[in-house]
Amino acid sequence: MTGYNFAYLDEQTKRMIRRAILKGVAIPGYQVPFASREMPMPYGWGTGGVQVSAAVLTPDDRFKVIDQGSDDTTNAVSIRKFFQKVTDVETTERTCAATVIQTRHRIPETPLTEDQILVYQVPIPEPLRFLEPRETETRKMHALEEYGLMHVKLYEDIARNGAISTAYAYPVQVHDRYMMDPSPIPKFDNPKLESPAIQLFGAGREQRIYAVPPYTQVVSLDFEDYPFDPSKAERPCALCGATDSYLDEVITDDRGGCMFVCSDTDYCAERRGEAA
Amino acid sequence: MYVAVKGGKRAIENAHALLAEDRRGDRHVAELSVPQIREQLKLAVSRVMAEGSLFDPDLAALAIKQARGDLIEAVFLIRAYRTTLPRFGASRPVDTDAMVCDRRISATFKDLPGGQVLGPTFDYTHRLLDFALAAEGEAATEAPRDETAAGGMPHVTTILAHEDLVQPEPSGSGTPRDLTREPLEFPAGRPLRLQSLARGDEGFVLSMAYSTQRGYGRNHPFVAELRVGRVPVEMDIPELGFAIEIGEIELTECETVNQFVGSKSEPPQFTRGYGLVLGHAERKAISMALVDRALRWQELGEDDTGAPAQDEEFVLSHADNVQATGFLEHIKLPHYVDFQSELELIRKLRREAREGGIKEAAE
Repeated sequence: MTGYNFAYLDEQTKRMIRRAILKGVAIPGYQVPFASREMPMPYGWGTGGVQVSAAVLTPDDRFKVIDQGSDDTTNAVSIRKFFQKVTDVETTERTCAATVIQTRHRIPETPLTEDQILVYQVPIPEPLRFLEPRETETRKMHALEEYGLMHVKLYEDIARNGAISTAYAYPVQVHDRYMMDPSPIPKFDNPKLESPAIQLFGAGREQRIYAVPPYTQVVSLDFEDYPFDPSKAERPCALCGATDSYLDEVITDDRGGCMFVCSDTDYCAERRGEAA
Repeated sequence: MYVAVKGGKRAIENAHALLAEDRRGDRHVAELSVPQIREQLKLAVSRVMAEGSLFDPDLAALAIKQARGDLIEAVFLIRAYRTTLPRFGASRPVDTDAMVCDRRISATFKDLPGGQVLGPTFDYTHRLLDFALAAEGEAATEAPRDETAAGGMPHVTTILAHEDLVQPEPSGSGTPRDLTREPLEFPAGRPLRLQSLARGDEGFVLSMAYSTQRGYGRNHPFVAELRVGRVPVEMDIPELGFAIEIGEIELTECETVNQFVGSKSEPPQFTRGYGLVLGHAERKAISMALVDRALRWQELGEDDTGAPAQDEEFVLSHADNVQATGFLEHIKLPHYVDFQSELELIRKLRREAREGGIKEAAE
């Protein structure tokens, strides 16, 4: 597109973002403040992820965008179209063919490789935010590795409900140091956070970038007697029969009828031999 | 048989077409031109320039047209454009003493050098709908004008400063940080607070200011001066070795003096609040001055009463309407993956509750 630099952002801005990314990779799980720009889509629509993608994309990349696991959700379509317009990079819907994948709320089912970068869109990067609203306080808590508040919260969940009642954005501890919000992925996806791929997290409105480098230890918080349970609907996908994938519940009528299908549309299509 | 939902791309294209159609409205009605908006919806243009942080009446008018009159959407269009502009350098600080005022009033002195200039104001109009405007038969009237008083218009606070009655403003040290080029971190300090308030949502800043008047961090403000007018913008050109005028911008400036009986660290004297906004935006400038003053409690050795307007992190984190509206409205986007995991959890908890109550938690 004329009038704009490759990947929309000017080179100075991209360098600034890359510096933040490198710092994030060097300190796994640490939230690096960065001077987030106003993007041509609203805050909350993935501006953090878009800025990170813009900073890492090169003309040789193959780019995939998913939202809720699907390439065809409206916002995934919109973000993919944006990058087609401002970069001309090749796009794909196939997980295995992509070099950079931007995602909202899911990690693809197909295991990622060392040649891939997974970019997450993050609404609230601070795992302690809903326990302590002040940034000045939570930064101090991270600096002192003062995470007791979260353990108390999880304990209270068990005391009240008999189980930890966090189903998505389930907090993790990275490389034995920083507590991290994995973005609002279902807890089913948490085990996949230990990956050969580089995982980058961008929060535009909150001006934070953080990262999980390849093969970094990521532990979902739990207790010895209440171990972490990455649960999902206990049935196979109604379309492809997969038993190992996260399922969406689709309401089929107004009499309680429903069916369960893979949320990762590429995984499902691939299994049915219909990959795009 | 269910097949996975497809068609996001077509849905978006169709939605965009409908949007364009709706923006145009009834085609039997003449289309609005950008100059019409710029000239006749001037206060809307001012607001978009102020909160968009870009002085360009034509672009602001275009944004208002494109946004179908949704001013926050127009602000967003301007911001997204502004952020892509290259920066050649910074201007010299503008000198509001040298402002050519269209309006200049003081609530603290009956008369003062330069005089009270009422200018174009709603203040003393009766809010009666003018049906003659609906008939679009407005006669071209020209308002009588006096020549601006010679000798200029010194700031009221400068006059008060002769007697040491008002606290001198601490002189700045070096270049202030730039809110649009560095992440906001706390404590932010006054220059960043003022930057943030100047582009903050008018409604939010107004409500914060109003809350101080109603007792949540009360600071007894008087409008020492409110001035609206144009100031020249000068920039140092390194190749030339001197500053040249590169243009003119319209500003609204408000200085409040606030009753202050002294604290542990400061003598009794009037203190100040400051508001400066692009364009003609009186409500915003006054609100900004009140909130600025409320946020200065620490510097002046006052007590933190726990009022929202005294809380820098609270005010600055929530003042930006582009951020606020984005995050608020993003809950319209699909969340079915998260919702699904909540569904599973609630079902599981209900099942466990049914099957013999809740397990005792670890003691």
